[in-house]
Amino acid sequence: MTDHAHTNCEELLFSLSAYIDGELNPELCQELEKHLVGCDNCRVVLNTTKRTIDLVHAPIEKLDVPEDVRERLFKRLNLDDYLNHQP
Amino acid sequence: MNKTMSLEISLEALIAGDRAEFARLVDAYSSPIYRLGLRMLGTPQDAEDVLQNTFLNVWMHLSTFEGRSSLSTWIYRIAANEALMLIRKKKPEINLDDSQAGDNDEDLLPTQFVDWSALPENVLLSSESQKYLDSAIQTLPESMRIVFVLRDVEGLSIKETADALNLTETNVKTRLLRARMFLREQLSTYYGERITREE
Ligand SMILES: [Zn+2]
Repeated sequence: MTDHAHTNCEELLFSLSAYIDGELNPELCQELEKHLVGCDNCRVVLNTTKRTIDLVHAPIEKLDVPEDVRERLFKRLNLDDYLNHQP
Repeated sequence: MNKTMSLEISLEALIAGDRAEFARLVDAYSSPIYRLGLRMLGTPQDAEDVLQNTFLNVWMHLSTFEGRSSLSTWIYRIAANEALMLIRKKKPEINLDDSQAGDNDEDLLPTQFVDWSALPENVLLSSESQKYLDSAIQTLPESMRIVFVLRDVEGLSIKETADALNLTETNVKTRLLRARMFLREQLSTYYGERITREE
């Protein structure tokens, strides 16, 4: 890897997060995508960053407030009367 | 998050003190707020405290809600403040401003280039991996963790996250990048060892 290419990697790294969010301007987007074709390291960083976000998002998405926690919450808020109205 | 649910909730009824409507609001938001507490504090007990304090505050301040942000963003703002306050109470030595670990650009540069993204789900989502990920999130500085939790765990937009935390969108993006790079690095070390072991 040449010095020039390396500098490019570092610069583009700062765009990676915005790229994942679809918030990168089209020009930078194109530049990044062009770079990704020829740069294994940056491609790995992109893939594993995306995966990291998936992993955080996937399992906890399904986690609902436990029934006993909900019950104590309703009591604390004096909402006992509404406890049986299930969401 | 909960967009459809919040649409069904009548703000007028809430502000007028309608208890049934408040109960509906609590049910619509208690799961995301509980998760936020869990991700920020790391224990079910603390998550429950965040949950209860958030809705006590929501009820208390509903009459002052001005609708400058959406109701959902406003609730997240209260929850984020509760979580950060509880963290400060538990670890008073922690400095919540930006000058902490992970603040240098050099800290951000990746050093791990193992591609573990194609590992099978049963490896990626094993309970051991989950535990590792949970503890890695806990080591993020709070100012980054809260941004990460709102955006990447709860799926708020950049703008909603900025509104909820009173930050600029640029600031949210910077913290998000750092948090993501930090966690990616941690997970790369973790899964990298597993890939090498299998080879
Ligand atoms: Zn590169």
